[in-house]
Amino acid sequence: MNGSALAGYRSKANYYMWIGIFFALIGGIILMLYLATRQIDYVWRWYSMPRYFAHEAEIEIPAQVLGTVESITPEGKGAVIRVAEEDTDNVESYSVPDRKEIRVDDGDFVYPGDVLAIYRKWRPGLLAQGMWITLKVSLYAIVFGIAIGLLGGIARISSNPAAKWASITYVELIRGSPLLVQIFIWYFVLATLINQLLLKWGIPEISALWYGVASLAFFAGAYVTEIVRAGIQSIHRGQIEASRSLGMNAAQCMWYVILPQALRRILPPLAGQFITLIKDSSLLGIIAIRELTKATREGITTSLQPYEFWFTCAILYLILTFTLSMFVQWLERRTATP
Amino acid sequence: MIDVRNVYKTFRVPEEVHALVDVSTKVEAGEVVVVIGPSGSGKSTFLRCLNHLEAADSGHIWIDGVDILSRKTNINKVRAEVGMVFQSFNLFPHKTVLENVTLAQVVVRKRSKSVAREKAQGLLEKVGIQDKAGNYPDQLSGGQQQRVAIARALAMDPKVMLFDEPTSALDPEMIGEVLDAMKALAKEGMTMVVVTHEMGFAREVADRVIFMDAGAIVEVGTPEHFFQNPTHDRTKLFLSQIL
Repeated sequence: MNGSALAGYRSKANYYMWIGIFFALIGGIILMLYLATRQIDYVWRWYSMPRYFAHEAEIEIPAQVLGTVESITPEGKGAVIRVAEEDTDNVESYSVPDRKEIRVDDGDFVYPGDVLAIYRKWRPGLLAQGMWITLKVSLYAIVFGIAIGLLGGIARISSNPAAKWASITYVELIRGSPLLVQIFIWYFVLATLINQLLLKWGIPEISALWYGVASLAFFAGAYVTEIVRAGIQSIHRGQIEASRSLGMNAAQCMWYVILPQALRRILPPLAGQFITLIKDSSLLGIIAIRELTKATREGITTSLQPYEFWFTCAILYLILTFTLSMFVQWLERRTATP
Repeated sequence: MIDVRNVYKTFRVPEEVHALVDVSTKVEAGEVVVVIGPSGSGKSTFLRCLNHLEAADSGHIWIDGVDILSRKTNINKVRAEVGMVFQSFNLFPHKTVLENVTLAQVVVRKRSKSVAREKAQGLLEKVGIQDKAGNYPDQLSGGQQQRVAIARALAMDPKVMLFDEPTSALDPEMIGEVLDAMKALAKEGMTMVVVTHEMGFAREVADRVIFMDAGAIVEVGTPEHFFQNPTHDRTKLFLSQIL
């Protein structure tokens, strides 16, 4: 604790009292929400949430033929069940991972589809799958967004009118329309067009996920373009003059001298942009990408627990964005020159 | 080594300024030429035209026989042969002192990293800051930074060195160390064009002094002639103001 935080407080006790009031305020809001839900008879069932992250699925091993169980031979923890098919010499064998879960005995008569044994396996739940898709889409979109933004930013300050005007047009076009509309254009216009063409040429079509990535990347790319432009322009002219006077060409000067300094300077606004991107990925549910928000809505439909689900969903987004923010802060410290 | 003929340069933004008016001069190999004059007289513009940081509007400039105003000339090749030291150092703040001196060697001269490092260490030793090789420019004093800038330019093995008021941004106690490095360089026979307000340096080191005013070369002569019996009224006025 530092002295300046205490300045203006007559005593330590006074300072801690206000900290207490802060926590009381937070606790009060949560309590009020809880009491309000009690009024409308909402039953909180937080205990049922973990299975939406991971659950142990029972997997059945069915018999494929009509016949008799001929033998059960132990093999490690599991076993091998042999079934002799009726009226033929055919013997089917099934390996079973868990010997304790065998549901038949030697000599049992089985029909096709009868369960010979089961085993249990941990599977990611609905929310875990959704979070994974959100993470995947966001990471791809961030990588492409940086690439687009770098090219756009350099083109923006180029003296070549084709490059400069292309960059300006791109930025104004993207920033001037809602992301939701752009997602629809990517999915219902461009995706249809591209996939039809691919079909015509006999190339497998591209999945909705990639059109979602493209919409986010091009959207973020426009903002990154402006950030990169400002970053490059903030580097002192003398840096360009020094590197050019040493015989570097424009590209070498940009790559070795200007960009490393500019990128370090624009890390904080970039982080903000990519946090926005992660949150914007919640819109991709409307083009049938099962990211976190869509997964949450599906979970609510089956469980009828909207309160738990929406709070969990918000916290999961918070975990993603906070991790990114921490990562960028670490990057800033790492690239800092003393 | 340097041949400048009838060079004109006019800035039109923010207002029309005739920065260079019919400037012609020659600098021989091994010669040290000091350019002096009041501020706004065009001496920095003249220097920056020599490595094409400013493009002259008309006239001809030959560096070591290469016409740098010709469209066919690869200016990057010429610049690699012409070292420049700036008033505000312009070191690369994201690179260490050693990396500042090796970067262009590797990128432009295509030397291997180890050869470049060896060369850089030798030059840093020469300007007296070998023990700061691992530091970043911001951790150095102004005088040390300017000496790194000199080493950075020398690393390219230039045929000419241009100095644009190299001591004007320095605290008085650091001017000496930079001038000493420049004097040592002059003694080795480096061709140098120096824009400076350091009259002591001009008197001691220059083979020739050029006085510029209002974009034109007013008077050229040896330091003896220049400081003892200048012929031109404007030169006399300038000298009386600064000495």
